[in-house]
Amino acid sequence: MVQFSLPQNSKILKGKYHKDKTGSNNLKKVNVYRWSPSSNENPRIDTFEVDLNECGPKVLDILFKIKNEIDPSLTFRRSCAHGVCGSCAMNVDGVNTLSCIKSHSDIKGELNIYPLPHLKVIKDLVGDLTTLYKQYESVEPWLKSKVGEKTSTEIKQSQEDRAKLDGYYECILCACCSTSCPSYWWNGDKYLGPAVLLQAYRWITDSRDEERKERLKKVADELKLYRCHTIMNCTNSCPKGLNPAKAIGSIKKMLASS
Amino acid sequence: MSNKNNPLSPHLQVYKWHISSLLSISHRIIGIINFILIIFISSILIFLGADIQIFSKSLIGKFLIVSICWSFSFQILNEIRHLAWDMGYGFDLKISRITGILTIIGSFVLTILFYLIGKNLF
Repeated sequence: MVQFSLPQNSKILKGKYHKDKTGSNNLKKVNVYRWSPSSNENPRIDTFEVDLNECGPKVLDILFKIKNEIDPSLTFRRSCAHGVCGSCAMNVDGVNTLSCIKSHSDIKGELNIYPLPHLKVIKDLVGDLTTLYKQYESVEPWLKSKVGEKTSTEIKQSQEDRAKLDGYYECILCACCSTSCPSYWWNGDKYLGPAVLLQAYRWITDSRDEERKERLKKVADELKLYRCHTIMNCTNSCPKGLNPAKAIGSIKKMLASS
Repeated sequence: MSNKNNPLSPHLQVYKWHISSLLSISHRIIGIINFILIIFISSILIFLGADIQIFSKSLIGKFLIVSICWSFSFQILNEIRHLAWDMGYGFDLKISRITGILTIIGSFVLTILFYLIGKNLF
């Protein structure tokens, strides 16, 4: 059953207020979602006053500044810090994005930072993506080719066929799209979600793959695929500018015309 | 990992609305309203043996007719948008935003059009 409100243990409380100590004239109020498994309290929103005169341009820079200078217990995932790894995906100013490529100057007023929506929180801004990774595994994201098994040389692909993968192979699986999708919020255990379906399409449309039909059959399911109602939150949030909605639409079209 | 007691991160509460998501949910709600309204109006006409003219006589009737004109226009335009998507067109972010705005404006234009056509006919 769809539950629109948050469960009792997830209701957000008001947290601590960390006042600026530098006396800077360029402050930004940053509201960050906090929850720690070691306490029995509900999640809370801590507010930090951050001196922007001494801070890098991205939202991730603000988080680092808070962690280094104000509260070292702040927890978030990050790795590459320039939009390649997909670790620092979070909800910034109401939209999922990679905090390392999102400029904080784009956001007027207070800056709100939450973990990716509708996930079990592990700590602070870190959500549990286990289900999504299992679903990713279920589409068998690797090349299946009998020809490839027999030969040791590469399988050739024409430029046109290769171009079909553009806009899909770039996906870094940051999960911004899947966790922005209301359908995935309500049916995340059954519906595969935009990220995984985009990956499924990437292999379906690969000219070198020989199991296209089987792959299509596998996703052709009322719950796995057709829970997509073209809400377009996925495409709106993708930090890499990809179009998961179009990928899902293409799968649906392939199924309708095959 | 067992995390039954871990909190659920906020979703609807914090997520920003886009035109596309707003239209998607209103499309569904208005679909249900249309379904109920058409049954309601048809049953008045069939079971009470009333003339369609009774709607133009009272203020509530007029309001009902105008709102159903709008809700059907909205539904139809949205449905056309979905049809284009099903054929693989209009997924581009810019285009989907434009068609979304067109749907909203168009629904009002169609309502006025229906109203004017109706006025000339009756």
